[in-house]
Amino acid sequence: MQIYLPIAEISVNAFLLLGLGGMVGILSGMFGVGGGFLITPLLFFVGIPPAVAVATSANQIVASSVSGVLAHFRRRTVDLRMGLVLLAGGLVGSAAGVQIFNVLRQMGQVDLMVRLCYVVFLGAIGALMFVESLNAIRKTRKGAPPVRRRHNWIHALPLKIKFRTSGLYISVIPPLLVGALVGLLAAIMGVGGGFIMVPAMIYLLGVPTKVVIGTSLFQIIFVTAFTTLLHATTNYTVDMLLALLLLIGGVIGAQIGTQIGLRMKAEQLRILLALLVLAVCGKLALDLFLRPADLYSIGADLA
Amino acid sequence: MRLLAVLALLSCAAPHDALAEDVIAGLNQTRISISADFDGSELLIFGAIKREAPLDRSERPEIIVTVEGPSERLAIHKKARIAGIWVNAETVEIDAAPSFYSVSTSAPLDRILRQTDDMRHAITLARAIRQVGAPAEVASPEDFSQALIRLRAGQNLYQTNIGDVRLREATLFDTAVALPANLVEGVYTARIFLTRGGRVVSTYSTAIEVEKVGLERFLYNLAHRQALIYGLLSLAIAIAAGWGASAVFRYVRG
Repeated sequence: MQIYLPIAEISVNAFLLLGLGGMVGILSGMFGVGGGFLITPLLFFVGIPPAVAVATSANQIVASSVSGVLAHFRRRTVDLRMGLVLLAGGLVGSAAGVQIFNVLRQMGQVDLMVRLCYVVFLGAIGALMFVESLNAIRKTRKGAPPVRRRHNWIHALPLKIKFRTSGLYISVIPPLLVGALVGLLAAIMGVGGGFIMVPAMIYLLGVPTKVVIGTSLFQIIFVTAFTTLLHATTNYTVDMLLALLLLIGGVIGAQIGTQIGLRMKAEQLRILLALLVLAVCGKLALDLFLRPADLYSIGADLA
Repeated sequence: MRLLAVLALLSCAAPHDALAEDVIAGLNQTRISISADFDGSELLIFGAIKREAPLDRSERPEIIVTVEGPSERLAIHKKARIAGIWVNAETVEIDAAPSFYSVSTSAPLDRILRQTDDMRHAITLARAIRQVGAPAEVASPEDFSQALIRLRAGQNLYQTNIGDVRLREATLFDTAVALPANLVEGVYTARIFLTRGGRVVSTYSTAIEVEKVGLERFLYNLAHRQALIYGLLSLAIAIAAGWGASAVFRYVRG
């Protein structure tokens, strides 16, 4: 069934969009990532103009994150306090990120910077997570007891608070910094930042993997809602009909994804996420290093 | 060049005035509505050659039909390898490129249309795309407009349909132009050219309005005129859908 999208000004198959939304929704519920780094390239592939794809995927991520976070709330795997601290840092970070983005755009080549950022961060994060979770799986196979959480410099910082859901008693400074850093990168790269936030919470803050997913989704809702409004009011590029089709698939997928995620071991979840991140990174790297099929491309409407 | 073209026109206009031929045409639709289920459309163009004098059999009359969408300014990027990475290295601005363009003819273009007439009426795709100047460091700017034609032809937005115009008894003609699903809104122009010996002897043009209707129109207007409300509405839908799915799943799972 073909449907004409009013803002994208293109006719696409409705079932294709439902399927895309569903697939990304499942990943979102399983891993706590918004899926922006997946759905935007997929929409390009379908033929949606890039500006519309970026803005509309932000809108669809709001929906699947709400759906996912509610499922996590019921399981009490959302650390509200941690989420709010991360969000506070994130808002500061994304405000700074938007400024940097504008400077880059004035210098030209913002597109290249974004791609390089993606490849470097996805590659580094994916590789680290992959190695770490592989080791974790090997250790549990051997039957060794899980490693106790180490006390490092993070625990020496002042302003400590209790994050009861996460079982942590640490200073607010590290989560604020993590939030700000993710917000900064998210604003430059135009994504919710889940794929950076999730590993940062696991490895830098020591939050348990199950709590990380719900908490990450919680903070993604606010970041992407803000982005959606910004795009809708400045660029008029949010396509409501496209978002609706994507999010019908997305919210259902997120529920299924959450169920799958709850049945899996933390290490397995982490290794799958690592593979996914590495796959996206590989695709982007190939685009940069291989000769493109067509050297020419049509740029933005300059009117 | 231009002076030559004018001279050429003056020299050959005179004998043709005597056997004045006019082209008249009609369309099956002058208003195309884009609704939610819009999946492309077919435009039928038909007409006749009106003559005051008996048919001159020395040169065959030929018909060229063009359909042109609203124009826009574009940038065409060309990638090059710099330090091992493919980046957009060169950019050329196209001053006016039609969003849709089709040329249908009754015979091969090089036989029925001379260069000078093509330049004057901007009939072929290469002429219809307006490119005033290119940066000096770009070696071959015409490659960029060629690339635009190639890319848009791949999306069926630029079409050259040689021999698609049926011309009967050197008088009646008709053709069909397939409008693709990824059509943009605006006023389209259909032009019909009657040529003899490569010279354009008569033209006819008419407008076709392409516009969104119903839900499409409503959403588009809302997005542009009430952007904040539209944005908030989009968010409300997203949140409601997320909550709804969660509630349904909880109910299903007991």
